[in-house]
Amino acid sequence: MASPTSPKAPAAVLTEGIRQRILDLLPRYPRKQAAVLPALHLVLEHLRCVPYAAMAEIAELLEITPAEVHDAMSFYGFFPQAPMGECRVWICRSLSCALRGGDELLEHACQKLRIEPGQTTPDGKITLEFAECLGICDFAPAALVDDGRIFGPLDEAGVDAMLDTVKQGRKPTQAQVS
Amino acid sequence: MANFEPVLSRNFSVPEGHTLKVYESRGGYQAARKALASDPDAVITTVKDSELRGRGGAGFPTGLKWTFLPKDRKETLMCINADESEPATFNNRLLMEKDPHQLIEGILISCFATRAATAYLYIRFEYIDAAAILERAIAEARAAGHLGKNIYGSGFDLEIYVHRGAGAYICGEETGLIESLEGKRGWPRIKPPFPAIEGAFRKPTVVNNVETLCCVPHIIERGAGWFKSIGTPKSYGPKLYCVSGAVNKQVCVELPLGVTTRALIEEHAGGVWKGRKAKAAVPGGISMGLLSADELDVPLDFESLRLPGCLGLGTAAVTVIDDQTSIVDYLYNCCRFFAHESCGQCTPCREGTSWFYKTIKRMKAGGGRLQDLDVMLHMANNLGIIPGTTICGLADGAAWPVKNAITKYRAEFEDYIKTHQNSAALPTALQERIAEGVRGDVDTIVLPVLPAAGVRHSPGKAADAL
Ligand SMILES: Cc1cc2nc3c(=O)[nH]c(=O)nc-3n(C[C@H](O)[C@H](O)[C@H](O)COP(=O)(O)O)c2cc1C
Ligand code: SF4
Ligand code: FES
Repeated sequence: MASPTSPKAPAAVLTEGIRQRILDLLPRYPRKQAAVLPALHLVLEHLRCVPYAAMAEIAELLEITPAEVHDAMSFYGFFPQAPMGECRVWICRSLSCALRGGDELLEHACQKLRIEPGQTTPDGKITLEFAECLGICDFAPAALVDDGRIFGPLDEAGVDAMLDTVKQGRKPTQAQVS
Repeated sequence: MANFEPVLSRNFSVPEGHTLKVYESRGGYQAARKALASDPDAVITTVKDSELRGRGGAGFPTGLKWTFLPKDRKETLMCINADESEPATFNNRLLMEKDPHQLIEGILISCFATRAATAYLYIRFEYIDAAAILERAIAEARAAGHLGKNIYGSGFDLEIYVHRGAGAYICGEETGLIESLEGKRGWPRIKPPFPAIEGAFRKPTVVNNVETLCCVPHIIERGAGWFKSIGTPKSYGPKLYCVSGAVNKQVCVELPLGVTTRALIEEHAGGVWKGRKAKAAVPGGISMGLLSADELDVPLDFESLRLPGCLGLGTAAVTVIDDQTSIVDYLYNCCRFFAHESCGQCTPCREGTSWFYKTIKRMKAGGGRLQDLDVMLHMANNLGIIPGTTICGLADGAAWPVKNAITKYRAEFEDYIKTHQNSAALPTALQERIAEGVRGDVDTIVLPVLPAAGVRHSPGKAADAL
């Protein structure tokens, strides 16, 4: 990509810290490519998105092509290009939740936040998504926040309360606590 | 059953049961010490004798699977399947959150038996707490010498790495899991070769479910005979059953294999909610099909569920459907799930699952035709690894709810179709003509006016949900 006339390389998206954390994972696997998913998760955690430039840098670190990183990344529908809100909230729509009103609760949350599933509130606090079974059916109808908080069994008032709580920000992670 | 002693969940309600200290104080890691002092093949023999069958869905005999590893292999890998994404299933989550050391001990013994020095624990991303708890437990176990180099002086080394998924159901399929672990899209592989011969990074690989591995320490400790004294013929041992949906108490309980759905609902889940009756129940995750109200006394084990035409025991996760719920809503939900989760590499599955979804969506909206039912059945009978048209079993799981629901509730479907006709949702004249085999003429194509997108709707109304 670098031609002789190009001035200087654009600033790196990945910080030195993230690069090091990705490199630290490599001894775990017989092939560097196996670190793609953990690397994408690290980038997502820090940037709240995975821009194309980050994919190219991951590719360089793992000695694969950007297309290979993109191929894996795009399969999951999990790594957005534009930054997500501070909290990512999933509301389950699979069978056990649906039998208890999961779809209506998702609808209710959308109306309350005035966004569609997959969108982020204008204040950047919440990204709302639907999910297939979250594995928390003992809380059905249930929702999960990407900091680990589980909400359920929900009703409309429960969704309102959940959104109010989540707007306050993320739960401190274990690492920050200890 | 009266004197059944839960073992898998015995630490679930013990305070600090997830810590190494408490686990060891309750006899933890003694089975691992015993196993590592013996011979790997002796461990395999014990597991084989116990007739432990995989808890991940397929019910394959675990000991037998371990013997498929090539004798002359240089290296073995272990993948622990903690992707648990089958709707209504959450027992692996509890096993990892509440008793991570039981799982680590199971991994340690199983890796010793199969001589695997590296284990990848592939856990679905949504199990955020479980992943953190496991990371801490692994660090604890390592510091205490249960993992690492030369464990208990046996010369056996083991490292366990937690590897997190990214929200794809198909990565629970063992070869989809392996591809995903390798950093690629989670597309299941054509088998053979099976993972035991050529798995992750092309090395011989053992893939086992979390609950399967959690059974192993108890088998080593108490013996194969003990394990076989629990359960029904060909389905031995304890099992964590999950019950959710239209019940008063959504629970996970440990019981001998072979309890009935009725017993689960009545004795453990507090009965059907709102004083209603059960209309149907999903026996083991939605892929397994549907039991009608008359079939709730079928034992939930690996063999018996074939009789009522279900696919199998699956994950033994029961979802109860009450008598106020339309079977159309049930099938709509199942078809939507599989259309969303098909990985898309086999044409019959990719097209079939989305076609099922479109058809049932149209039917639900009032555009159903009686002949749709036969077309759906015909499709379902030709979809999956059982008829031999796809690479993996997701397609069979997509076909089974269609088959069971339409065969067992045909009258209700027909009635629904007849009484819910809505001209706006019916197939267009062009679609009808194409269905009849007439080729569309470009000049006469009139673009259909689609009905306005309805609000999201599921069978349980939020208003009367609680
Ligand atoms: C579509 C599909 C999804 C699956 N999902 C899971 C899963 O989430 N967890 C699991 O343990 N097994 C799952 N399996 C079964 C695995 O392919 C495999 O049989 C199992 O992990 C083997 O472990 P076991 O013998 O201990 O059960 C799935 C299979 C299919 C076809
Ligand atoms: S059957 Fe479906 S999910 Fe399985 S490999 Fe084929 S397309 Fe993918
Ligand atoms: S069905 Fe909603 S969490 Fe499992």
